[in-house]
Amino acid sequence: MLQHYGPQLINLLASLMLLLAFAMLAQRRIMSLINLFAAQGFTLFLSTALVAWLTDQSHLYGSALLTLVLKVIALPWILHRLIRRLNVKWDVETLINIPSTMLIGIVLVILAFNLALPIALLAGTLTKGTLGIALACVLLSFLMMITRSKAVPQVIGFLSMENGLFFAATAAAYGMPMVIEFGIALDVLVGMVILGIFFFRIRERFDSLDTRHLEKLKEH
Amino acid sequence: MISLSGVVAQFTELVLAVLLAPLLTGWVNQCRAWLQNKSAPPLLQPYRMLAKLFQKEVVLAHNASPLFRAAPYLIFGCLCTAAAIVPTLGTDLPLNAAADAIALVGLLALARLFTALAGMDVGTAFGSLGARREMLVGFLAEPALLMVLFTASLISNSTSLATIAETLAHKEFVIHPSLAFAGIAFTMVSLAENARIPVDNPATHLELTMIHEAMVLEYSGRHLAMIEWAVSLKLFVYSCIGLVLFLPFGIAGGGDWLGLVLALPALLAKLAAGGALLALIEMLSAKMRIFRAPEFLGTAFLLAVLAVLVHVLLER
Repeated sequence: MLQHYGPQLINLLASLMLLLAFAMLAQRRIMSLINLFAAQGFTLFLSTALVAWLTDQSHLYGSALLTLVLKVIALPWILHRLIRRLNVKWDVETLINIPSTMLIGIVLVILAFNLALPIALLAGTLTKGTLGIALACVLLSFLMMITRSKAVPQVIGFLSMENGLFFAATAAAYGMPMVIEFGIALDVLVGMVILGIFFFRIRERFDSLDTRHLEKLKEH
Repeated sequence: MISLSGVVAQFTELVLAVLLAPLLTGWVNQCRAWLQNKSAPPLLQPYRMLAKLFQKEVVLAHNASPLFRAAPYLIFGCLCTAAAIVPTLGTDLPLNAAADAIALVGLLALARLFTALAGMDVGTAFGSLGARREMLVGFLAEPALLMVLFTASLISNSTSLATIAETLAHKEFVIHPSLAFAGIAFTMVSLAENARIPVDNPATHLELTMIHEAMVLEYSGRHLAMIEWAVSLKLFVYSCIGLVLFLPFGIAGGGDWLGLVLALPALLAKLAAGGALLALIEMLSAKMRIFRAPEFLGTAFLLAVLAVLVHVLLER
C-alpha cells in the first residue's frame, strides 16, 4: 500500500515544502516565521525518512534524524531564545512589499521548474520530479534573504535555504555522503551561534537589527 | 442522451440546493455561536427569517428604477442555475452539457454584477461604497477561482464539473499535490466571495467595515428575503464546488440508483463538516482592513497558479 503511494506521498510532501517556503515569504511576524521554519524542517524529515524507507538506504535514516534533531528542535529553540533575549517580536521589515515579493517568487518557481526539467529527465531516482521544487525552495529562501532588511529573518532565510539544499540532495542523488551531511549540519549550527552573537553586536552598535546600517563604511 | 436517473438526480439536486441552503447558513451560525460560547440560535432560524421577510411589506425608495426591483429575482435565478450545474448527488446531469466550470464562474459574476448595480441604483453613499468594494473583491477573486478550476480541469482533461467529479471520485485514487495548493486557494476565495470574516463580516452593520451588507441596505420585505436566500444559496454552491473538487467521494455515477440514494447522507455529512470548519476558520481569524483584501486574494491567486505549475511538474 505505502509502496504504491510512496512516490505520490513524496510529491505531496515536496509541494508542502514549497507551500511553506511561500508562507515564510509572506509572513510578517518573526514568531510565526520560526514556527514555519520548524514545520518545513519537519516536512523535510518526513520526506527523507520516506525516501529512506522506500529505497532501503539506511544512511538516509541518519540524515533524517539529523534533520529532526537539528532543524525541528534545536535551531527553532535557539531562535526562540534569541528572539526573547533580543525582544524583537514584531521585527519583520521588507524592502519590497509582500505581494510583489510573492510575484517575484512565482517567477523564480517557473525558472526553477524549467531549469530542473531537463536534469530530472537524466536522473533515475524515485524522486526526480521533486528536484524542481527543491531548487525553487532554495531560490525562494534566497529571495527572502535579499528582501528582508532585519537580521533575524535573513538568518531564517539562510537556514531554510539549507533545508532546500538537503531536499535537493535527496531528490537528485538520495542524499549526500554522511561525512558531508554532518559537516554541513555542524556548519549550520556553528553559523547559528556566531550569527546569534552578531545579532547582539549589531544591536549594540546601531540600536537596531537593520542590516542596512552595515552598508555604511565609515561614520559621518 | 438523457436518462431517467439523470433527470431525477438533476431535479432532486436543484430542489435540495434551494431548500437546504438556509439550513447550511443556520448550521454555520449555530457552530459559530457555540465556538464563541454563546447560546446558539435555532437551526431553523434562517427559514423563520425568510418567512417573516416574505410577509412584510416592501418599502421602495422614490428613485428606485425597475432594475432595483428586478435584481433580487435575477440574482436568485443566477444562483439557482449555478446550483443546478454543480454535481452534488450524481454526475449524470442533463443540464451539465449546457454550462461548464467557466460558465459557472460567469454566472456567479453575473449575480455579483446585479447586486452591485442594485446597490448603486438608489444612489445612497453606502450602496455605492459597498458596490465598489464588492467589485474590488470580485475582480481579484475571480481569476483565482478560475485558476483553481483550471487545475482540476487539467487533472481530468475537461472543464465540465461533472467530468471532474467523475474522474476524481471513480477513477483509481491518486494523490494530487496540486489539489492541496488549489484547496487552500479555493478556501481563501470562497471566504472572500461569501463575505466571510477575514474579508467581510456577514453579521455586521458597522458602517465602515461592511461590504455586502452595504449594498443590500435599501432592500426590504420579499426583495430582502430573495437576497438573503440567494446569499445562503451562494454559500451552498461554493461548498458544493469545494466538495466536488476536493472531496468528491460518494457522488453517484450515471444510472446508479442505489448510489444516488446513498449520496444524500454523504453530502449532508460532508456539508455539516464543511460548515463546522468554516465556523472554526471564522473564529480563528480577525477581520482584515479592506486594503489588506487585495493582498489576501493575491496570495490566493498565486497559490492557484502554483497549483497549475505543480501539476505540470509533478503529475504529467
